[in-house]
Amino acid sequence: MALFIVRRLIGLVVVLFAITVLTFLIFFATPGVDPTRSLAGRNPTPETVAAVRHQFGLDRSKPEQYVLMMKRLFISRDLVSYGNQALKVVPAITAAAPVTFSLVIGAAVIWILLSILTGVLAVVLKGSIWDPLLMIVALIGISMPVFWLGEVANLVTQDRLHDTFLFSWVPPLGYTPLTENPWQWFLHLIIPWLTLAALYVGFYARVLRANLLDVANEDFVRTARAKGLSERRILTRHMLRTSMITFVSLFGLDFAVLVGGGALLTEVVFGLPGVGLLTYRSLQSLDLPVIMATVIYGAFFITIANAVVDILYARLDPRIRPT
Amino acid sequence: MAEFAYEPEPASVGLAPGESVREFAGKSPWRLAGRRLVRNRVAMAALALFVLIVAVSFAAPLYAKHIAHTDPFANNVNGTTVVDGKTVEVLQQGGGPLKLGETPIGPTWHANYFLGADNQGRDVMARVLYGGRASLLIGIGSAVLACVAALLLALLAGYFRGPVDVFLSRLMDLIWAFPIFLLAISLATVLLTAPDGLQWGPVHVDPSSLWIPTLIIALVYVPYVYRPVRGQVLSVREKEYVEAAVAQGASSLRLMFSEILPNVLTTVIVMLPLMIATTILTEAALSFLSIGVQPPQASWGTIIDDGQDLLYSRPWVAIAPGIMIVLTVLSLNVLGDGVRDALDPRAKLRLKG
Repeated sequence: MALFIVRRLIGLVVVLFAITVLTFLIFFATPGVDPTRSLAGRNPTPETVAAVRHQFGLDRSKPEQYVLMMKRLFISRDLVSYGNQALKVVPAITAAAPVTFSLVIGAAVIWILLSILTGVLAVVLKGSIWDPLLMIVALIGISMPVFWLGEVANLVTQDRLHDTFLFSWVPPLGYTPLTENPWQWFLHLIIPWLTLAALYVGFYARVLRANLLDVANEDFVRTARAKGLSERRILTRHMLRTSMITFVSLFGLDFAVLVGGGALLTEVVFGLPGVGLLTYRSLQSLDLPVIMATVIYGAFFITIANAVVDILYARLDPRIRPT
Repeated sequence: MAEFAYEPEPASVGLAPGESVREFAGKSPWRLAGRRLVRNRVAMAALALFVLIVAVSFAAPLYAKHIAHTDPFANNVNGTTVVDGKTVEVLQQGGGPLKLGETPIGPTWHANYFLGADNQGRDVMARVLYGGRASLLIGIGSAVLACVAALLLALLAGYFRGPVDVFLSRLMDLIWAFPIFLLAISLATVLLTAPDGLQWGPVHVDPSSLWIPTLIIALVYVPYVYRPVRGQVLSVREKEYVEAAVAQGASSLRLMFSEILPNVLTTVIVMLPLMIATTILTEAALSFLSIGVQPPQASWGTIIDDGQDLLYSRPWVAIAPGIMIVLTVLSLNVLGDGVRDALDPRAKLRLKG
């Protein structure tokens, strides 16, 4: 077990290093692209360009640039944005992270509860019209672009039906920190949570339904039935528990991807100042250092989360442990 | 509560329940799958919807020229149109709740400005059709490119094994480790910092070229196809018929392309509709973030982005392209399910409701 953890951690370090190199190469060494084009304003004089290049260390060799950039990103943490030299990238990400976590955790709670409910209902109601109906609704949920769903939600709750009793409680777009006012925090996030969860409810409900139907053919289910257990008990204690293995591993991956940048579109549509919105603002001005930092942050979070999930899994289930 | 029962597995022909051996005897697996797909009414309806959307989108120039009589790419801020016999301005002064600025005309539900106009007075309906053309070209193009590239790489890695396999698989692992969306964002942003287009040797790529988003999206999805296909190549390679071909003195090329390729093709074909659905959604997201399709080109994603400013006054600008995306992706997902059921032998295991 210890050996497995060590190997997994070494693999993790190699991947993290490769990610920083690849990101650096994409941003500062793509052939045909000059990273200083966007930082010196429109029609810069050669002197301005040279000054800015020197300031950001872009006049040195590529390996030197890489080391300098990583030093400013991880050790001295004083990498600044191209556009706004007062904006330090690392503190900006740290400040934005709680917003992203608030959004993703809340959405995750909703999508887990709703998808288990939908998946189990579909299996219980199999053979009636409700099963295909639920699955079609789930499929529509999967097929919607999240940013479009968010705009439609805004249209309904902020404008068209905002003055009716239905949505008069919806506050204007934006965010209130949990520590400042928990109730306002909750109100601001309900619609974004539901929007982000919609896609995942559909996907997870379909996966769970298929998995439950697979498990239904297993011997232990037949044994349970032969023992005379009630159908409800077989479903909740035997089938659902087994299906949870797939469910949980899928969840770990999706959660990490969302925190690592996947929630960007939802944050943009609802004006939530998380890491995604930070990335979006820098996209508008092609602010390469900020985008590079948020990309590395996201990739790190996802890779580390995957490694943690792997190790936890190996601890829980010895069959998964590779030699 | 449903009853669950085993359907006994039919003979090795791979028959689905309810199919008689006589009906399918002597048919090739491809014809068998095709026949099964044609019988799946839901999948056929989805295919029809998808074909309809493709046809309508590619007829965009005809619609703009002969029905709407507008140029959906030309600024028409001072233009007029005729509604119920009255001539009205396309951009109306003092519309909206604040009675300030200009609001484009809303849906007329007539041929001209059917869905109204956008901020620059352009016909939204015609733009949605043109946008569909770009979205579908990029979606289908990048999915096909990703599948073909992944198939070739997987054949090389699985056939030659050894260092070739190690190198290719490590490379794929690295791309895989990257969050797909962030990788696409990084590539798209960097390529956009070249305002005059890109010059790689003799190749010049215009910044508004549809090739840029197509190639970016194709690249990030290659590992998703590569992984399962490589595994299949490795196992097919050990089959007796491949050994037989080796014994006959077949060349590497023949082994790869006429012995192994046809036997791993099903995996790719099952993945293709779902890949197109995914790439269309990715393109829409990138374009919405204004790092996908660049003006003067338009796609469903860019039109939704344009419609953001008009969301409360003229919601159709943002809603219409979204509905098109949902319909397209939905039809592809349903079709993909049908293709999988028709080709995947695991579909033999059925549950009785």
